[in-house]
Amino acid sequence: MASTFDQVATIIAETCDIPRDTITPESHAIDDLGIDSLDFLDIAFAIDKAFGIKLPLEKWTQEVNDGKATTEQYFVLKNLSARIDELVAAKGA
Amino acid sequence: MHLEYFQLIDRIAALDIGERTITVEAQVPKENTIFEGHFPGYPLMPGVLLIEAMAQTSGWLLIAHLKFERMPFLAAVKEAKMRDFVNPGDLLTIDAKLAHDGSGYAMTEANIRVGGKLKCNATLTFRHTPFPNADMRGHMEAMATKIGFPREAMAHG
Repeated sequence: MASTFDQVATIIAETCDIPRDTITPESHAIDDLGIDSLDFLDIAFAIDKAFGIKLPLEKWTQEVNDGKATTEQYFVLKNLSARIDELVAAKGA
Repeated sequence: MHLEYFQLIDRIAALDIGERTITVEAQVPKENTIFEGHFPGYPLMPGVLLIEAMAQTSGWLLIAHLKFERMPFLAAVKEAKMRDFVNPGDLLTIDAKLAHDGSGYAMTEANIRVGGKLKCNATLTFRHTPFPNADMRGHMEAMATKIGFPREAMAHG
């Protein structure tokens, strides 16, 4: 079974037409891959569907705007994948 | 339908929050200055206004789904297809369903029919936020009353 990162990278590649081999766990979705907030909604939609979760984008955005979190915590793909794993685990708990 | 005020929906015919669906009616006026230019001698309802009608229909569904606490704003239009002409005087039946309920955003699928025939359809994305101010909320409350928004449906949703 593909890892969470692999699934996310495939979603990003297909949704945003970005070459898959340029997407790494260290990639920042916004700063490195140039994905804007509107395009990220399509990615969030695909992630929500694929993993059966609801990415808390509003909460994350608020935390970043309030200075309580950095974009790296949520939008560097290895960190995003970890957040997805946490949400999936919480769903099954 | 009051094109000058961008009020395209006349009446909510059905709203089912559990099923996440809505059906509305909208009467295209027989005469309007828009038709003098679009097009002279061959008046047609502009496709962009049909997309807006689907967006407003979806918007009322989302307002109900969000219990009248948040306002949806159109963010993206996908797969919009104008399948046939819509003419002055046509009575539109517009339906929408909530395809995805995300965090701060939602996606809907909407259709416009005339006499049962599918005229256009689209997949729409909205961002939604708390009402920006009391004026806007008040305006939407007044509009809701005007078009028969069934507030009791929210209580049972």
